[in-house]
Amino acid sequence: MCEVIVITSGKGGVGKTTTTANLGSGLAALGKKVVMIDTDIGLRNLDVVMGLENRIVYNLVDVVEGTCRIKQALIRDKRYPGLYLLPSAQTRDKSAVNEHQMVKLVENLRPQFDYVLLDCPAGIEQGFKNAVVGADRAIIVTTPEVSAIRDADRIIGLLEANEMKQTELVLNRVRLDLVKRGEMMSPTDVVDILGIPLLGIIPDDEQVVISTNQGDPLVETMSMAGRAYRNISLRITGEEVPMELTGAVSFWTKVTGIFLKN
Amino acid sequence: MIKKFYFFKRKSSKDIAKDRLKILLISDRINCSPKTLSMIKTDVIKAISKYVNIDEQHTEIVLKKNNKRGNNKRPTLYANIPILDIHE
Repeated sequence: MCEVIVITSGKGGVGKTTTTANLGSGLAALGKKVVMIDTDIGLRNLDVVMGLENRIVYNLVDVVEGTCRIKQALIRDKRYPGLYLLPSAQTRDKSAVNEHQMVKLVENLRPQFDYVLLDCPAGIEQGFKNAVVGADRAIIVTTPEVSAIRDADRIIGLLEANEMKQTELVLNRVRLDLVKRGEMMSPTDVVDILGIPLLGIIPDDEQVVISTNQGDPLVETMSMAGRAYRNISLRITGEEVPMELTGAVSFWTKVTGIFLKN
Repeated sequence: MIKKFYFFKRKSSKDIAKDRLKILLISDRINCSPKTLSMIKTDVIKAISKYVNIDEQHTEIVLKKNNKRGNNKRPTLYANIPILDIHE
């Protein structure tokens, strides 16, 4: 049975593309057959995060317009045999594809894959509608900041109106030291506000920058963020993995933490 | 001593963020400004005060999103009004 998952956030720059790339890699590492679709037409990025930018021949718009067959546009990942990328078009805009065409594309991919991951563009316009329409399940990526949470709440409302069956939260860029000092909202705080189940917590980790620079997924590294993405991948497949909040805490924070029990 | 106590009682920025978000999301969710909500609150208190003496200090009237999926997804007005005594 294939599952179509859209990764969305509302606000830009919170880590949708990084999350898509790493969940795609994480699921493929578990032996699943996965295709990632970059639906951000005009601003494609998933290809560079995956380090596959030099292999693009055809793109999403070519497939939708019938210039090529789906198989010709799918790029096979260099690391995982079961992982494919359908890149977006860089020279077109969001209006090049409509919701009906996206549903058709997703339905065509379903029989061949275990998971279809849709990397949604920021915003709530046509690009968002295209990404969401064919999905069975949504992952909302947010950071513990007022602006990102506000936008996430708006997106959750829109997904509810669209009758999305399952909506879960990935909290990105969490800093344990700040949470301990009471200067950053904790995962519990964010879940309280947004009212959707938590799928995972990604610590703020410098390895994200390093891996993105290299065009490699994090899931292969021994980093905290890599571990978090591996755990989320397992949870997606239905396995129970305990939720953990990791990160560096300075000695001073530990000492003051004794007095500042919150 | 009091000063020290005050230092530890300082509102953390996380709590400020949470409080701001709560107010922000209420108005986002139903397109209702905090001003309208405060007017609703005053009117509800006024109406109930006609019949019973209420503890205005501890009265809580808030809009909450019903997080349960399914039948009721609409924002709901919750009122928590302690009654002091009933006018006879």
